[in-house]
Amino acid sequence: MTKKTIKMAALLLVSTALVAGCGKKKVETLPPAAEGTDYGQTPTDPNAMGAGQIMPGSQEDFLQQVGQFGDRILFETDRFNIDAEDQAILRRQAQWLAQYPGTRITVEGHADERGTRDYNLALGERRANSAKNFLVSIGVDASRIQTVSYGKERPSALGSDEQAWAQNRRAVTVTVR
Amino acid sequence: MSLFAFNRKLASFLLLFLGTQAAMAQTPPPATDEPELVEFDTAKTRSIAVPALVAPSPVDTPAGNSAALGRQIAEVISSNLRASGVFETQGPNGLRAIGLAEVTAPQFGYWKSRPVEQLVQGFVRVGGDGNLTVGCYLYDVGFGSETTRLGFNVPPRDWRRAAHKCADAIYSRLTGELPFFDSRIAYIAESGPKNKRIKRLAIMDSDGANHRFITNGQSTALTPRFSPNYKSILYLSYVDGNPRIYVYDIDAGRQRLITQSNGPTFAPRWSPDGQTILYSMAISGNTDVYKISASGNGTPVKLTSSPGIDVGGSFSPDGRQIVFESDRSGSQQIYVMNADGSNQRRISFGGGRYATPEWSPRGDLIAFTRIAGDFRVGTMRPDGSGERLLTNSWQDEAPTWAPNGRVIQFFRTAKGSGKTSIWQVDLTGSNERQLPTPVDGSDPAWGPVLP
Repeated sequence: MTKKTIKMAALLLVSTALVAGCGKKKVETLPPAAEGTDYGQTPTDPNAMGAGQIMPGSQEDFLQQVGQFGDRILFETDRFNIDAEDQAILRRQAQWLAQYPGTRITVEGHADERGTRDYNLALGERRANSAKNFLVSIGVDASRIQTVSYGKERPSALGSDEQAWAQNRRAVTVTVR
Repeated sequence: MSLFAFNRKLASFLLLFLGTQAAMAQTPPPATDEPELVEFDTAKTRSIAVPALVAPSPVDTPAGNSAALGRQIAEVISSNLRASGVFETQGPNGLRAIGLAEVTAPQFGYWKSRPVEQLVQGFVRVGGDGNLTVGCYLYDVGFGSETTRLGFNVPPRDWRRAAHKCADAIYSRLTGELPFFDSRIAYIAESGPKNKRIKRLAIMDSDGANHRFITNGQSTALTPRFSPNYKSILYLSYVDGNPRIYVYDIDAGRQRLITQSNGPTFAPRWSPDGQTILYSMAISGNTDVYKISASGNGTPVKLTSSPGIDVGGSFSPDGRQIVFESDRSGSQQIYVMNADGSNQRRISFGGGRYATPEWSPRGDLIAFTRIAGDFRVGTMRPDGSGERLLTNSWQDEAPTWAPNGRVIQFFRTAKGSGKTSIWQVDLTGSNERQLPTPVDGSDPAWGPVLP
């Protein structure tokens, strides 16, 4: 399996997991929602997502508007480039940001566990900056975007396999209140 | 009171001269061009008996009764020597008690029949000032002669240091290597689930004793490094939400940023003289290696400028060179440069990725993490030759050197659970053992022999 295929498989997996999460069925491979800093990555209570309950411009609104897992882009091992899929995701984020020009964001860069600690901090920062640079290139004011790297400290998927690692090599956009 | 009351009490930690024999001379290390490891050949381990130290007229001390201390000191000596991988030890459990007269007049015939090659005997006395005097004697059983004797005067709470000093003297005398037991480790204590790990700065003796948590875990702490004088610790903290390097003053319990920056700072290291701090900083996603005065007043000096990730680093013991990691070739590899950033050259060519280089305090070797499938800890010479892998597990990472450059600690991550533990291995790759820590442990950083 090529790295590209793995990445696409990971995207597919998170989409599948999401669909399963919203429905009744449980999927064995459903990654638990990361806690802590990734607070916005998945709605914890699907009922709270009902119409009329989401404040426009909020993190919940952002997540709903960009679509599930539209808050993040994934990377191949040791890579930090923005490919066509990533661009599409970031464009949706930029569209939302254009609606709420007063909202600022933090892009959180992450690496998988199969790297050394210091290098992964550098790599996470590089990935966050890649996402930031693309957002800036399509018109988002750079002063609205902060970056932070968590290296391998905050995995989203908890396994020690290619699929988990593919989900963890990510840059996640989080709105700042 | 902090364990580091040590530092203020050092004046009272006197090396005593017992009898007429001079204190042990420091044996010079062998030539450093060829890291031959004959003395670590496990087939040549020497057997040492360590009966409980004698406590004439036992008295109670704040650290317990002196008779109990005599046994505990023998236990630490025995355990230190065994953990070095060079010796097999007997006792104090299973060995008969000895009398005070025997300390200076061993019954060689009895010990020959055990059989053992070396014998450590000693005593613990409590002086009028309440301090302990610990006497420590090493005998060659075969020759029936005294090899060395040492004495230490310590406050009762520092009895372990007397034991480490005694073990160090024996180790040095018998191996020709420099001592290392009387030293400390800074590391990260880990607990909690994999995606919400609590990471606390913690310190302990080189054998895991005298453990103390420094931070409370509310913000993630990573990659500590003891200053050469043990007064402060460099480490990374997310205390303000972003990864930044702080210097934590142990006695004062306060910390400060090493430099104001907009970008993240990480991978902190001390120069051998403690005057300079090496660190990595990312600007617009591009990470380079910098150095700055440890005084807090200087201006950062940028040492690398490649468009890739230049990160980490470790000074050679003479402070003239720095070994660091860079992915400028397309993958993580090890490079050496002069301390001013000039003459950068790659030294790792063995295939796979190479990371976390650490220069041995002896200067003869560089320890690293090699990533080729699994993560393994190894050593190479500073010119890149003589690569030797010491461990073989799923993920062994971040070697740190014992002060004598003959033992390495690192941390091991378990596949799946992400649980971490601190391990020690000698330079042959044998004698691998886990260090006892109260919770999981990672990022060990070994300090020098205590002043």
